[in-house]
Amino acid sequence: MDIYASLMDGLWIALQPHNLALAVIGVIVGLFVGALPGLGSVNGVAILLPFTFVINEATSDPAAPMIFLAAIYYGAMYGGAISSITLGIPGASTAVATTFDGRPMALKGNADRALVTAAVASFIGGTVATLFFTGFAPVLSSVALDFGNPEIFALMLLAFATFVGLGGDDIPKTMFSIFFGLLLATVGFDTISGEPRLIFLNEREQTAILEAVGGNSDSVPFFNSVGWFSRGIQFLVLAIGVYGIGEMIWTINASRYKVTMTETTISAGRIWRAIIGMKDAWKGTTIGSLLGFFVGILPAAGATPGSLMSYGVAKMTSRDPKSYGQGNPDGVAAPEAANNSASTGAMLPMMTLGIPGSPTTAVLLAGMVIWGLEPGPRLFEDRPEFVWPLIGSFYISNIVAVLVNLAFIPLFLWVLRMPFTILAPVIFTLSIIGTYAAYDNMYDVWLMVLFGFGAYLLRILDYPLAPAVLAVVLGTTAEEKMRQSLLLSDGDFAIFYSPFFDRDGKGQEWWIAPITTWIAVILIALPIILWAVRKMRGGSPATTEQP
Amino acid sequence: MRRAEFVTAFLLGLLSLYLMWKSGEGPSWDTEYVHWSNTGVNIDGSGPGKGFFPFYLSLGMLVSCIWIIVNAIRRTSPPSQSDEPFMDGYAKKMLLLVGGGLIGFLILIDLISMYAAIAVFMLYYMLILGRHPLILSLVTSFVVPFWLYLFFDIVMTKTQPKGLRIIETAFYNPVGSFFRDQSLLVIAMCFLVTGAILALTARRTIKS
Repeated sequence: MDIYASLMDGLWIALQPHNLALAVIGVIVGLFVGALPGLGSVNGVAILLPFTFVINEATSDPAAPMIFLAAIYYGAMYGGAISSITLGIPGASTAVATTFDGRPMALKGNADRALVTAAVASFIGGTVATLFFTGFAPVLSSVALDFGNPEIFALMLLAFATFVGLGGDDIPKTMFSIFFGLLLATVGFDTISGEPRLIFLNEREQTAILEAVGGNSDSVPFFNSVGWFSRGIQFLVLAIGVYGIGEMIWTINASRYKVTMTETTISAGRIWRAIIGMKDAWKGTTIGSLLGFFVGILPAAGATPGSLMSYGVAKMTSRDPKSYGQGNPDGVAAPEAANNSASTGAMLPMMTLGIPGSPTTAVLLAGMVIWGLEPGPRLFEDRPEFVWPLIGSFYISNIVAVLVNLAFIPLFLWVLRMPFTILAPVIFTLSIIGTYAAYDNMYDVWLMVLFGFGAYLLRILDYPLAPAVLAVVLGTTAEEKMRQSLLLSDGDFAIFYSPFFDRDGKGQEWWIAPITTWIAVILIALPIILWAVRKMRGGSPATTEQP
Repeated sequence: MRRAEFVTAFLLGLLSLYLMWKSGEGPSWDTEYVHWSNTGVNIDGSGPGKGFFPFYLSLGMLVSCIWIIVNAIRRTSPPSQSDEPFMDGYAKKMLLLVGGGLIGFLILIDLISMYAAIAVFMLYYMLILGRHPLILSLVTSFVVPFWLYLFFDIVMTKTQPKGLRIIETAFYNPVGSFFRDQSLLVIAMCFLVTGAILALTARRTIKS
C-alpha cells in the first residue's frame, strides 16, 4: 500500500468519534498544561500516562492512547506561548524564545496579535513537520529494517553522546545522569540470565539486618515486603517522580507563587485582524518550520534548541535585526513554528528507530512499550493499524489545536489567573493517584515521591534530569543489544567501531555501526578537546554553559 | 552552594562504590558463587555476565562524581562559583511544608483511603499554604477527590485503596453500589454540577 492510501486510511480511523474526542480532550489538556508556568509537555504526558492505561482497556483501538498523548504534546507546544506572552514567564522551556518578542508585543498592547501569531505559526510549523514526517518516516523505517544489534546499540550510544556533546549542561553531571538512568533500568531480574541483580535488601541483607536489630520479619517495618526491587524500577515511577513531584516543588520554589499578568483585550475582530497581519511573520514561520523539524530529529536537541536556533537565524537573516527583542512578530513566529515542528521531528527517530529525540518522546516510547507495542523499524511493517491513525491524528490535532487555541484564548487567560496554590496540590494528587492506578502498589507510589525529592535536590545543583529519563527508557534495550553484539563477537568491542570486523564469517564490511559509534565518540570528546584547546591558548578553564 | 555540590557528589560517589560492589554479587541461593565473577565481558563464551553492564555504569558514575568534585574544588562549575545558599529560608520552609504534606498524604492513604487522603491534603494545602478562603478550600477538597472517585472507581473500575476495613464497609461499599447503579448520563451530570459549583465558588471567592 502506498503512503497516500495508508495516510487516508489513517485519517479515517483518526476521525472516528472516540479518537477525535481523545484528540480534542488531549489538545485542551495540553494547552492548559503548556500555558501553566513551569509545566511543559513532558510533565503533562508523564502525569497523564497512567490514565491511558484505562483508555487502552476501554477502547480496543491500539492507537487511541497514543493519539491522546500526542495531542497533549501538540497542545502543550501551542499553550507554552500563552504564558510567555501574557506573563513573561515561559510556559515551558520550549517557549523561552517566544518571550523575547512576545512579551514586548504584549507590553505595547499587542498581546492579542502576539497570541494569534504564535497560534498560526504553530499550526504552520506543525503541519509542515507532519508532511515531512509522513514522507520520511516510512523510508527511514524501511532502511532501519536491516539494522542489527550493533547498529541499534551504536544509535543509542549516539543518542547519549549528543546529550554530552550538544546538551549544553555540565558534562560530568550529564554523564552521571545517563549512567544513573541506565543503571536504574538494570534493577530487577536480568532478562538474559534470569537472575536477580541490584535487589536491595535481598534475603541475605535482610537476615543480617534482622540479626543485628534482634527482630524478625514481622516486627520490623517494610521487611514483610520482600522483593520490592525484584520488580525493577518502573519507568513511570521515575518519570512522574521527576516531572510531577520534583519539577513542581522546584517551580513552587522558583516562582514563589508570584506571577503578574499583562492585561489582554481579545475580540473576534481583533483576532481576525491579527490573522491577516500574519503576512508580516511569514519569514520567521518558514525558518521555524524547516529548521525546527531537522533540529527536532536530533536526540538531546528537540524543541527548546530548535526554537532558540530558529529565533537566532530569523534575527540574523532579518533586514532589521534591531527590531528583534522590541516586539517583532517574526520573533514570535520563528520559535513557535519551530517548537511545534521540532516536536513532530522528535517523533521521527522514536517511531522509526525506537530512539526518542526528547524527554517527552521518551515518555511516549515507554507508553508504547507498556501498551504492548515494540517501537522501531518493524512498527511500520507489523502495526500499520497503529502507525497510520497516529500520523493521521497529527494532522487533526494540529487543526483542533489552532481552532481551540484561537477560540478559547480568553478561557486560557482566565485559567492562568488560577493561583498556583490550587494547581500544585491537584498536580501532586494526579501524580500519586496516577502512579497507584498504573501499578496497584503503594511501594511504587512511595518510590515515586522519593525520586521526586531526589530530583528536586539534584535540580538545584544543575544536574540535568532529562538524560536520566531517556536512559531509563532505553536502558533495557541498550544492554540487551550490547550483550548480544558482544556475544556475536566473542567479547570483542571491534564489532562496534571497526567496519572490517567479520561478523558472519563471510568477510562482509559493516559501516553503519562504526560510523555511528565514531560520531558518538567525537561528540563525547568534542567538549574535552575544546576545553584543552582553550587551555593551550591560555584562556580560562571552560565553565559549562547553562541552559 | 559549593559545599552542597561537594557533599552531594561525595555521597553519590559512595553510592556508586556500593553499586559497583552490588553489581558483582551473585544470586543469594548460590553459595559457591565468587564475588565479581559475573562482571566479565565474555564468560565461558556466552557474552557479558549480568553484572558487566551495571558494574561499568557504576564505575562511570564514580568517575563522573570525582570529576564533579574536582570541578567543585577548582570552582569551575556554576554551583561551585555561586555564593547563594543551597536552600534559603523560604526553600527550606517550603520543602518542609510541601514535602511533609506529601508524606502525610501517603501515610493517610492506608488509613483513611485514597480519596479521603486527597481531601485532607487539598484542604491542608489550600488553607495553610495557599491561605485561600475556607469555603473555596472546602469545595475544592470535596470536588477534586469526588471527580477522581467517579473516574477511577466508578467509570473505569480501577479501584483505589479504601483505608481501614471499617471505612470501606461503612462508607465506600454503599456509596459505590449507589453510583454503579447509575447510568453514564447521571455520572456525567455529577461531574458537570460539581464542576459548576466549583467554578462559581472560585469566581466569587478569588474575585473578592
